Amino acid sequence: MSKIFKFIGLAGLILTIVPSFLYLTGSTTLDSHKQVMLIGTVLWFISAPIALKKKENS
Amino acid sequence: MSDQSSAATGEFEREPIPDSQLKGWKSFLGMYAGEHAAGTEFMIGPLFLTAGVSAFDLIAGLFVGNLLAVLSWRYVCATVSTEVRLTLYYKLEKICGKNLVTIYNLANGILFCFLAGSMITVSATAVGIPFNMKMPGLNDTLPNGPLWIIIVIAIGAVISLVAAKGYNAVSRFANIASPWMVLVFVACGLVALRQLNVSSFGEFWAIWGEGGEPFPGQIKYTFWHVVFFSWFCNAAMHIGMADMSVFRYAKKASSGWMTAAGMYIGHYLAWICAALLYAVFLQSPEAVAMLANGEAPPVSPGPMAYNAVGIAGIIVVIVAGWTTANPTIYRAGLAFQAIAPKMSTFAITIVAGTLATIAGIFPAFAMQLLGFVATYGFILAPIGAVIVFDHYFSRKAGLTTDYAEKRGSNFNIAVLLAWVLSIGTFYAISELNGIFLSFLTLPAWIACGVLFLLLSKLTQRA
Repeated sequence: MSKIFKFIGLAGLILTIVPSFLYLTGSTTLDSHKQVMLIGTVLWFISAPIALKKKENS
Repeated sequence: MSDQSSAATGEFEREPIPDSQLKGWKSFLGMYAGEHAAGTEFMIGPLFLTAGVSAFDLIAGLFVGNLLAVLSWRYVCATVSTEVRLTLYYKLEKICGKNLVTIYNLANGILFCFLAGSMITVSATAVGIPFNMKMPGLNDTLPNGPLWIIIVIAIGAVISLVAAKGYNAVSRFANIASPWMVLVFVACGLVALRQLNVSSFGEFWAIWGEGGEPFPGQIKYTFWHVVFFSWFCNAAMHIGMADMSVFRYAKKASSGWMTAAGMYIGHYLAWICAALLYAVFLQSPEAVAMLANGEAPPVSPGPMAYNAVGIAGIIVVIVAGWTTANPTIYRAGLAFQAIAPKMSTFAITIVAGTLATIAGIFPAFAMQLLGFVATYGFILAPIGAVIVFDHYFSRKAGLTTDYAEKRGSNFNIAVLLAWVLSIGTFYAISELNGIFLSFLTLPAWIACGVLFLLLSKLTQRA
Protein backbone atom coordinates (compact mmCIF):
# COMPACT_ATOMS: atom_id res chain seq x y z
CA MET A 1 0.00 0.00 0.00
CA SER A 2 2.80 2.35 0.96
CA LYS A 3 4.49 1.69 -2.40
CA ILE A 4 1.37 2.79 -4.24
CA PHE A 5 1.30 6.15 -2.45
CA LYS A 6 5.04 6.56 -3.03
CA PHE A 7 4.47 5.91 -6.72
CA ILE A 8 1.58 8.41 -6.86
CA GLY A 9 3.74 10.98 -5.05
CA LEU A 10 6.60 10.45 -7.49
CA ALA A 11 4.17 10.75 -10.40
CA GLY A 12 2.95 14.01 -8.84
CA LEU A 13 6.47 15.42 -8.70
CA ILE A 14 7.16 14.32 -12.29
CA LEU A 15 3.95 15.99 -13.46
CA THR A 16 5.00 19.11 -11.55
CA ILE A 17 8.35 19.54 -13.26
CA VAL A 18 8.23 17.81 -16.68
CA PRO A 19 5.60 20.10 -18.29
CA SER A 20 7.87 23.12 -17.73
CA PHE A 21 10.65 21.39 -19.72
CA LEU A 22 8.14 20.59 -22.45
CA TYR A 23 6.98 24.22 -22.48
CA LEU A 24 10.59 25.39 -22.65
CA THR A 25 11.19 23.24 -25.73
CA GLY A 26 7.93 24.35 -27.33
CA SER A 27 6.34 20.89 -27.06
CA THR A 28 3.30 22.06 -25.11
CA THR A 29 1.25 25.20 -24.55
CA LEU A 30 1.33 27.35 -21.43
CA ASP A 31 -2.27 26.44 -20.54
CA SER A 32 -1.65 22.68 -20.84
CA HIS A 33 1.51 23.05 -18.78
CA LYS A 34 -0.40 24.86 -16.03
CA GLN A 35 -3.16 22.24 -15.95
CA VAL A 36 -0.80 19.26 -15.79
CA MET A 37 1.27 20.99 -13.11
CA LEU A 38 -1.85 21.50 -11.00
CA ILE A 39 -2.70 17.80 -11.34
CA GLY A 40 0.85 16.97 -10.22
CA THR A 41 0.49 19.31 -7.26
CA VAL A 42 -2.79 17.70 -6.17
CA LEU A 43 -1.31 14.18 -6.51
CA TRP A 44 1.71 15.14 -4.41
CA PHE A 45 -0.28 16.72 -1.59
CA ILE A 46 -2.70 13.79 -1.46
CA SER A 47 -0.10 11.02 -1.54
CA ALA A 48 2.93 12.44 0.30
CA PRO A 49 1.26 12.85 3.73
CA ILE A 50 -0.20 9.32 3.53
CA ALA A 51 3.11 7.78 2.38
CA LEU A 52 4.93 9.63 5.17
CA LYS A 53 2.45 8.47 7.79
CA LYS A 54 2.68 4.87 6.62
CA LYS A 55 6.48 5.07 6.72
CA GLU A 56 6.37 6.45 10.28
CA ASN A 57 3.91 3.76 11.39
CA SER A 58 6.00 0.98 9.92
CA MET B 1 16.63 32.55 3.39
CA SER B 2 15.18 30.71 6.29
CA ASP B 3 15.55 30.58 9.97
CA GLN B 4 13.72 27.33 10.43
CA SER B 5 16.93 25.47 10.98
CA SER B 6 17.41 27.28 14.25
CA ALA B 7 14.23 25.85 15.63
CA ALA B 8 14.43 24.79 19.19
CA THR B 9 13.87 21.09 19.40
CA GLY B 10 12.44 21.15 22.88
CA GLU B 11 14.88 18.45 24.03
CA PHE B 12 18.15 18.51 25.94
CA GLU B 13 17.84 22.26 26.30
CA ARG B 14 19.97 22.41 29.43
CA GLU B 15 22.33 19.47 28.97
CA PRO B 16 24.77 18.27 26.31
CA ILE B 17 23.35 15.92 23.70
CA PRO B 18 24.04 12.28 24.67
CA ASP B 19 25.91 10.13 22.12
CA SER B 20 22.82 7.99 21.52
CA GLN B 21 20.97 11.01 20.12
CA LEU B 22 23.62 12.13 17.64
CA LYS B 23 22.64 12.23 13.97
CA GLY B 24 24.55 11.56 10.75
CA TRP B 25 25.01 13.96 7.84
CA LYS B 26 21.89 12.78 5.98
CA SER B 27 19.61 14.32 8.62
CA PHE B 28 21.11 17.74 7.93
CA LEU B 29 21.12 17.40 4.13
CA GLY B 30 17.32 17.11 3.83
CA MET B 31 16.66 19.73 6.48
CA TYR B 32 18.81 22.45 4.94
CA ALA B 33 17.82 21.60 1.35
CA GLY B 34 14.14 22.09 2.19
CA GLU B 35 14.32 24.97 4.59
CA HIS B 36 16.20 27.44 2.44
CA ALA B 37 13.74 27.28 -0.45
CA ALA B 38 11.23 29.47 1.36
CA GLY B 39 8.92 32.43 0.93
CA THR B 40 11.73 34.96 1.23
CA GLU B 41 13.30 33.60 -1.97
CA PHE B 42 10.39 34.97 -4.03
CA MET B 43 11.29 38.49 -2.89
CA ILE B 44 15.08 38.37 -2.72
CA GLY B 45 15.66 37.04 -6.27
CA PRO B 46 13.68 39.83 -7.96
CA LEU B 47 15.16 42.50 -5.70
CA PHE B 48 18.60 41.76 -7.17
CA LEU B 49 17.23 42.86 -10.55
CA THR B 50 15.96 46.11 -9.03
CA ALA B 51 19.52 46.72 -7.78
CA GLY B 52 20.84 46.78 -11.37
CA VAL B 53 23.19 43.85 -10.81
CA SER B 54 25.14 42.45 -13.79
CA ALA B 55 25.06 38.79 -14.88
CA PHE B 56 28.62 38.07 -13.75
CA ASP B 57 28.16 39.86 -10.45
CA LEU B 58 24.99 37.88 -9.73
CA ILE B 59 26.05 34.41 -10.89
CA ALA B 60 29.65 34.54 -9.61
CA GLY B 61 28.82 36.67 -6.58
CA LEU B 62 26.14 34.28 -5.38
CA PHE B 63 28.48 31.34 -5.93
CA VAL B 64 31.25 32.88 -3.83
CA GLY B 65 28.95 34.33 -1.15
CA ASN B 66 27.11 31.06 -0.64
CA LEU B 67 30.42 29.19 -0.48
CA LEU B 68 31.59 31.55 2.27
CA ALA B 69 28.30 30.98 4.12
CA VAL B 70 28.79 27.20 3.90
CA LEU B 71 32.37 27.55 5.18
CA SER B 72 31.09 29.69 8.08
CA TRP B 73 28.57 27.01 9.01
CA ARG B 74 31.15 24.25 8.65
CA TYR B 75 34.19 25.77 10.37
CA VAL B 76 32.59 28.15 12.87
CA CYS B 77 29.10 26.97 13.80
CA ALA B 78 29.34 23.20 13.34
CA THR B 79 32.84 22.97 14.83
CA VAL B 80 31.95 24.82 18.03
CA SER B 81 28.53 23.12 18.23
CA THR B 82 29.98 19.60 18.14
CA GLU B 83 32.53 20.53 20.82
CA VAL B 84 30.01 22.25 23.11
CA ARG B 85 26.76 20.37 22.26
CA LEU B 86 24.50 22.97 23.89
CA THR B 87 21.85 25.35 22.53
CA LEU B 88 22.85 28.92 21.79
CA TYR B 89 20.58 30.11 24.59
CA TYR B 90 22.01 27.86 27.28
CA LYS B 91 25.60 28.52 26.22
CA LEU B 92 24.90 32.27 26.24
CA GLU B 93 23.32 31.98 29.66
CA LYS B 94 26.51 30.37 30.94
CA ILE B 95 28.64 33.19 29.55
CA CYS B 96 26.49 36.25 30.09
CA GLY B 97 23.71 35.34 32.52
CA LYS B 98 19.96 34.95 32.30
CA ASN B 99 19.06 38.64 32.14
CA LEU B 100 21.27 39.36 29.16
CA VAL B 101 19.89 36.35 27.31
CA THR B 102 16.49 37.97 27.84
CA ILE B 103 17.66 41.11 26.02
CA TYR B 104 18.99 38.95 23.18
CA ASN B 105 15.66 37.13 23.08
CA LEU B 106 13.78 40.42 22.85
CA ALA B 107 15.91 41.57 19.88
CA ASN B 108 15.57 38.15 18.29
CA GLY B 109 11.80 38.02 18.84
CA ILE B 110 11.16 41.47 17.37
CA LEU B 111 13.28 40.73 14.29
CA PHE B 112 11.51 37.39 13.86
CA CYS B 113 8.15 39.23 13.91
CA PHE B 114 9.28 41.62 11.16
CA LEU B 115 10.54 38.67 9.07
CA ALA B 116 7.26 36.82 9.56
CA GLY B 117 5.41 40.04 8.66
CA SER B 118 7.22 40.24 5.34
CA MET B 119 6.16 36.65 4.61
CA ILE B 120 2.53 37.53 5.36
CA THR B 121 2.97 40.32 2.80
CA VAL B 122 4.28 37.79 0.26
CA SER B 123 1.31 35.46 0.87
CA ALA B 124 -1.09 38.40 0.56
CA THR B 125 0.11 39.06 -3.00
CA ALA B 126 -1.13 35.55 -3.91
CA VAL B 127 -4.36 35.58 -1.90
CA GLY B 128 -5.25 38.98 -3.37
CA ILE B 129 -5.24 37.74 -6.99
CA PRO B 130 -8.88 36.45 -7.06
CA PHE B 131 -9.99 39.75 -5.49
CA ASN B 132 -8.20 41.77 -8.16
CA MET B 133 -6.34 43.52 -5.37
CA LYS B 134 -3.93 46.34 -6.19
CA MET B 135 -0.41 45.10 -5.42
CA PRO B 136 1.92 47.21 -3.25
CA GLY B 137 4.62 49.18 -5.06
CA LEU B 138 8.34 48.62 -4.61
CA ASN B 139 8.76 51.83 -2.65
CA ASP B 140 5.46 51.64 -0.75
CA THR B 141 5.76 51.82 3.00
CA LEU B 142 2.07 52.20 3.85
CA PRO B 143 -0.84 49.90 2.89
CA ASN B 144 -2.48 50.83 -0.42
CA GLY B 145 -6.09 50.30 0.62
CA PRO B 146 -8.60 48.59 2.91
CA LEU B 147 -8.63 45.36 0.85
CA TRP B 148 -4.89 44.92 1.40
CA ILE B 149 -5.30 45.44 5.16
CA ILE B 150 -8.23 42.99 5.35
CA ILE B 151 -6.33 40.27 3.45
CA VAL B 152 -3.17 40.71 5.52
CA ILE B 153 -5.14 40.60 8.79
CA ALA B 154 -7.00 37.48 7.64
CA ILE B 155 -3.76 35.69 6.69
CA GLY B 156 -2.02 36.89 9.85
CA ALA B 157 -4.90 35.66 12.03
CA VAL B 158 -4.87 32.19 10.45
CA ILE B 159 -1.08 31.87 10.65
CA SER B 160 -0.98 33.09 14.25
CA LEU B 161 -3.73 30.73 15.37
CA VAL B 162 -2.12 27.75 13.68
CA ALA B 163 1.28 28.64 15.15
CA ALA B 164 -0.28 29.01 18.60
CA LYS B 165 -2.16 25.73 18.34
CA GLY B 166 0.83 23.63 17.45
CA TYR B 167 4.17 23.88 15.76
CA ASN B 168 4.53 20.21 14.85
CA ALA B 169 1.73 20.05 12.30
CA VAL B 170 3.12 23.04 10.43
CA SER B 171 6.63 21.68 10.57
CA ARG B 172 5.34 18.39 9.17
CA PHE B 173 3.45 20.16 6.38
CA ALA B 174 6.56 22.22 5.54
CA ASN B 175 8.60 19.03 5.21
CA ILE B 176 6.01 17.53 2.89
CA ALA B 177 5.81 20.68 0.78
CA SER B 178 9.54 21.31 0.42
CA PRO B 179 10.47 18.88 -2.44
CA TRP B 180 7.45 20.09 -4.39
CA MET B 181 8.32 23.74 -3.68
CA VAL B 182 11.86 23.32 -5.01
CA LEU B 183 10.48 21.82 -8.23
CA VAL B 184 7.95 24.65 -8.60
CA PHE B 185 10.78 27.18 -8.25
CA VAL B 186 12.64 25.37 -11.06
CA ALA B 187 9.46 25.17 -13.16
CA CYS B 188 8.91 28.92 -12.71
CA GLY B 189 12.46 29.55 -13.94
CA LEU B 190 12.05 27.27 -16.99
CA VAL B 191 8.74 28.85 -18.00
CA ALA B 192 10.21 32.31 -17.53
CA LEU B 193 13.11 31.39 -19.83
CA ARG B 194 10.67 30.56 -22.61
CA GLN B 195 8.65 33.72 -21.96
CA LEU B 196 11.89 35.69 -22.22
CA ASN B 197 12.68 33.91 -25.54
CA VAL B 198 15.92 32.53 -24.12
CA SER B 199 17.36 29.74 -26.25
CA SER B 200 21.06 29.92 -25.46
CA PHE B 201 23.35 30.58 -22.53
CA GLY B 202 24.29 33.92 -24.12
CA GLU B 203 20.65 35.02 -24.10
CA PHE B 204 20.30 33.88 -20.49
CA TRP B 205 23.38 35.92 -19.59
CA ALA B 206 21.95 38.92 -21.43
CA ILE B 207 18.95 39.08 -19.06
CA TRP B 208 21.24 40.83 -16.59
CA GLY B 209 24.00 41.68 -19.08
CA GLU B 210 26.37 44.34 -17.84
CA GLY B 211 23.85 45.47 -15.25
CA GLY B 212 22.31 48.89 -15.15
CA GLU B 213 21.15 51.70 -12.99
CA PRO B 214 19.21 50.57 -9.93
CA PHE B 215 15.49 51.21 -9.94
CA PRO B 216 14.27 54.38 -8.20
CA GLY B 217 14.67 54.04 -4.43
CA GLN B 218 17.10 51.09 -4.67
CA ILE B 219 20.89 50.98 -4.30
CA LYS B 220 23.29 49.63 -6.93
CA TYR B 221 24.64 46.14 -6.23
CA THR B 222 28.14 45.17 -7.38
CA PHE B 223 29.88 41.79 -7.21
CA TRP B 224 30.92 42.51 -3.63
CA HIS B 225 27.39 43.52 -2.57
CA VAL B 226 26.11 40.16 -3.86
CA VAL B 227 28.96 38.24 -2.19
CA PHE B 228 28.55 39.87 1.21
CA PHE B 229 24.76 39.86 1.13
CA SER B 230 24.56 36.15 0.30
CA TRP B 231 27.28 35.38 2.85
CA PHE B 232 25.66 37.27 5.69
CA CYS B 233 21.90 37.08 5.03
CA ASN B 234 21.97 34.08 7.38
CA ALA B 235 24.73 35.52 9.57
CA ALA B 236 22.59 35.12 12.68
CA MET B 237 22.49 31.39 11.99
CA HIS B 238 26.16 30.61 11.17
CA ILE B 239 28.60 33.10 12.68
CA GLY B 240 25.79 34.24 14.99
CA MET B 241 25.69 30.63 16.23
CA ALA B 242 21.87 30.26 16.32
CA ASP B 243 22.29 26.94 14.49
CA MET B 244 24.16 25.56 17.50
CA SER B 245 20.68 24.30 18.40
CA VAL B 246 20.81 22.16 15.24
CA PHE B 247 24.46 21.12 14.94
CA ARG B 248 24.77 20.10 18.58
CA TYR B 249 23.09 16.90 17.30
CA ALA B 250 25.75 16.28 14.60
CA LYS B 251 28.03 13.27 15.01
CA LYS B 252 30.79 15.14 13.22
CA ALA B 253 31.43 18.80 12.40
CA SER B 254 31.68 17.78 8.75
CA SER B 255 27.85 17.68 8.74
CA GLY B 256 28.19 21.45 8.35
CA TRP B 257 28.93 20.87 4.66
CA MET B 258 25.29 19.83 4.22
CA THR B 259 24.28 23.48 4.45
CA ALA B 260 25.56 23.67 0.86
CA ALA B 261 22.33 21.95 -0.20
CA GLY B 262 20.29 24.82 1.26
CA MET B 263 22.55 27.52 -0.10
CA TYR B 264 22.84 26.27 -3.66
CA ILE B 265 19.21 25.18 -4.03
CA GLY B 266 17.55 28.00 -2.10
CA HIS B 267 19.97 30.88 -2.30
CA TYR B 268 21.24 30.20 -5.81
CA LEU B 269 18.78 28.25 -7.91
CA ALA B 270 15.60 29.61 -6.30
CA TRP B 271 16.85 33.22 -6.23
CA ILE B 272 17.77 33.07 -9.92
CA CYS B 273 14.42 31.44 -10.83
CA ALA B 274 12.53 34.11 -8.88
CA ALA B 275 14.60 36.82 -10.61
CA LEU B 276 13.62 35.34 -13.98
CA LEU B 277 9.93 35.65 -13.04
CA TYR B 278 10.45 39.34 -12.35
CA ALA B 279 12.40 39.74 -15.61
CA VAL B 280 9.28 38.48 -17.43
CA PHE B 281 7.12 41.01 -15.60
CA LEU B 282 9.54 43.81 -16.51
CA GLN B 283 8.74 43.16 -20.18
CA SER B 284 5.01 43.72 -19.64
CA PRO B 285 3.48 46.99 -20.94
CA GLU B 286 2.56 47.92 -17.36
CA ALA B 287 6.17 47.63 -16.13
CA VAL B 288 7.61 49.31 -19.24
CA ALA B 289 5.25 52.27 -18.70
CA MET B 290 6.21 52.52 -15.05
CA LEU B 291 9.91 52.49 -15.85
CA ALA B 292 9.35 55.14 -18.53
CA ASN B 293 7.71 57.32 -15.87
CA GLY B 294 10.68 56.84 -13.53
CA GLU B 295 8.74 54.53 -11.23
CA ALA B 296 9.91 51.15 -9.91
CA PRO B 297 7.67 48.24 -11.02
CA PRO B 298 6.33 46.31 -8.01
CA VAL B 299 7.69 42.94 -6.94
CA SER B 300 4.53 40.86 -6.49
CA PRO B 301 5.37 37.16 -6.07
CA GLY B 302 1.73 36.02 -6.35
CA PRO B 303 0.94 37.46 -9.80
CA MET B 304 4.44 36.61 -11.09
CA ALA B 305 4.17 32.94 -10.12
CA TYR B 306 0.54 32.76 -11.32
CA ASN B 307 1.57 34.09 -14.69
CA ALA B 308 4.23 31.37 -15.03
CA VAL B 309 2.65 28.24 -13.56
CA GLY B 310 -1.01 29.06 -12.93
CA ILE B 311 -2.87 27.99 -9.80
CA ALA B 312 0.17 25.98 -8.63
CA GLY B 313 1.95 29.34 -8.55
CA ILE B 314 -0.64 30.84 -6.21
CA ILE B 315 -0.39 27.76 -4.01
CA VAL B 316 3.41 27.84 -3.88
CA VAL B 317 3.54 31.50 -2.88
CA ILE B 318 0.97 30.98 -0.11
CA VAL B 319 2.63 27.78 1.10
CA ALA B 320 6.14 29.25 0.93
CA GLY B 321 5.07 32.36 2.83
CA TRP B 322 3.03 30.41 5.33
CA THR B 323 5.62 27.72 6.08
CA THR B 324 8.23 30.44 6.65
CA ALA B 325 6.02 32.77 8.70
CA ASN B 326 4.52 30.09 10.88
CA PRO B 327 7.63 28.72 12.60
CA THR B 328 9.04 32.23 12.72
CA ILE B 329 6.02 33.45 14.72
CA TYR B 330 6.23 30.38 16.91
CA ARG B 331 9.92 31.03 17.56
CA ALA B 332 9.29 34.72 18.23
CA GLY B 333 6.70 33.59 20.77
CA LEU B 334 9.28 31.37 22.46
CA ALA B 335 11.76 34.24 22.56
CA PHE B 336 9.15 36.52 24.16
CA GLN B 337 8.14 33.80 26.60
CA ALA B 338 11.60 33.96 28.12
CA ILE B 339 10.75 37.57 29.01
CA ALA B 340 7.21 36.84 30.25
CA PRO B 341 7.43 33.24 31.49
CA LYS B 342 4.04 33.40 33.21
CA MET B 343 2.15 33.89 29.93
CA SER B 344 0.99 30.73 28.19
CA THR B 345 2.66 29.66 24.94
CA PHE B 346 -0.69 30.16 23.18
CA ALA B 347 -1.09 33.74 24.43
CA ILE B 348 2.49 34.78 23.75
CA THR B 349 2.41 33.28 20.23
CA ILE B 350 -0.76 35.27 19.53
CA VAL B 351 1.06 38.41 20.70
CA ALA B 352 3.97 37.60 18.36
CA GLY B 353 1.53 36.84 15.53
CA THR B 354 -0.25 40.16 16.09
CA LEU B 355 3.05 42.03 15.89
CA ALA B 356 3.94 40.13 12.70
CA THR B 357 0.53 40.89 11.19
CA ILE B 358 0.89 44.60 11.97
CA ALA B 359 4.34 44.49 10.33
CA GLY B 360 2.82 42.66 7.33
CA ILE B 361 0.31 45.46 6.76
CA PHE B 362 3.24 47.73 5.94
CA PRO B 363 4.80 46.44 2.70
CA ALA B 364 8.10 48.17 3.45
CA PHE B 365 9.48 45.12 5.29
CA ALA B 366 8.95 42.84 2.28
CA MET B 367 9.85 45.40 -0.39
CA GLN B 368 13.05 46.34 1.44
CA LEU B 369 13.81 42.72 2.32
CA LEU B 370 17.44 42.91 1.15
CA GLY B 371 18.09 45.73 3.61
CA PHE B 372 16.07 44.14 6.39
CA VAL B 373 17.77 40.75 6.10
CA ALA B 374 21.19 42.45 6.09
CA THR B 375 20.22 44.37 9.26
CA TYR B 376 18.87 41.23 10.92
CA GLY B 377 22.17 39.39 10.41
CA PHE B 378 24.20 42.45 11.41
CA ILE B 379 22.43 42.89 14.77
CA LEU B 380 22.38 39.25 15.90
CA ALA B 381 25.66 37.87 14.48
CA PRO B 382 28.05 39.59 16.95
CA ILE B 383 26.55 37.63 19.84
CA GLY B 384 27.97 34.51 18.15
CA ALA B 385 31.43 36.07 18.39
CA VAL B 386 31.08 36.08 22.18
CA ILE B 387 30.55 32.31 22.14
CA VAL B 388 33.38 31.68 19.65
CA PHE B 389 35.89 33.92 21.42
CA ASP B 390 34.94 32.53 24.82
CA HIS B 391 35.39 28.99 23.48
CA TYR B 392 38.74 29.49 21.75
CA PHE B 393 40.46 32.45 23.39
CA SER B 394 39.25 33.00 26.95
CA ARG B 395 41.58 30.47 28.56
CA LYS B 396 44.53 31.60 26.44
CA ALA B 397 43.85 35.17 27.59
CA GLY B 398 43.82 34.04 31.22
CA LEU B 399 40.06 34.55 31.51
CA THR B 400 37.37 32.38 33.07
CA THR B 401 35.13 30.68 30.51
CA ASP B 402 31.38 30.53 31.15
CA TYR B 403 31.97 33.40 33.55
CA ALA B 404 28.36 34.16 34.52
CA GLU B 405 27.66 30.56 35.48
CA LYS B 406 30.81 30.24 37.55
CA ARG B 407 30.21 33.57 39.30
CA GLY B 408 26.48 32.96 39.72
CA SER B 409 25.84 36.23 37.86
CA ASN B 410 22.69 37.07 35.90
CA PHE B 411 24.25 39.85 33.87
CA ASN B 412 27.71 39.97 32.31
CA ILE B 413 28.23 43.64 31.50
CA ALA B 414 31.28 42.83 29.32
CA VAL B 415 29.04 40.99 26.84
CA LEU B 416 26.40 43.72 26.70
CA LEU B 417 28.97 46.47 26.16
CA ALA B 418 30.84 44.45 23.52
CA TRP B 419 27.59 43.78 21.62
CA VAL B 420 26.15 47.30 21.85
CA LEU B 421 29.45 49.07 21.14
CA SER B 422 30.27 46.90 18.12
CA ILE B 423 26.88 47.14 16.42
CA GLY B 424 26.44 50.80 17.43
CA THR B 425 29.83 51.85 16.07
CA PHE B 426 29.62 49.97 12.79
CA TYR B 427 25.97 50.92 12.20
CA ALA B 428 26.97 54.57 12.65
CA ILE B 429 29.86 54.06 10.20
CA SER B 430 27.41 52.54 7.72
CA GLU B 431 24.88 55.36 8.07
CA LEU B 432 27.38 58.22 8.06
CA ASN B 433 29.41 56.95 5.11
CA GLY B 434 26.66 55.23 3.14
CA ILE B 435 28.41 51.85 3.41
CA PHE B 436 26.35 48.72 2.65
CA LEU B 437 25.60 47.14 6.04
CA SER B 438 26.60 43.57 5.09
CA PHE B 439 30.14 44.85 4.41
CA LEU B 440 30.38 45.66 8.11
CA THR B 441 28.91 42.46 9.57
CA LEU B 442 32.28 40.70 9.80
CA PRO B 443 34.13 43.73 11.25
CA ALA B 444 31.34 44.10 13.85
CA TRP B 445 31.57 40.37 14.66
CA ILE B 446 35.36 40.51 15.16
CA ALA B 447 35.12 43.79 17.12
CA CYS B 448 32.49 42.26 19.40
CA GLY B 449 34.71 39.23 20.11
CA VAL B 450 37.81 41.34 20.79
CA LEU B 451 35.89 43.85 22.94
CA PHE B 452 34.40 40.95 24.89
CA LEU B 453 37.88 39.68 25.74
CA LEU B 454 39.23 43.15 26.61
CA LEU B 455 36.23 44.11 28.73
CA SER B 456 36.25 40.69 30.40
CA LYS B 457 39.87 41.36 31.41
CA LEU B 458 38.67 44.49 33.20
CA THR B 459 35.50 43.08 34.75
CA GLN B 460 36.95 39.72 35.78
CA ARG B 461 39.93 41.45 37.39
CA ALA B 462 37.55 43.75 39.28
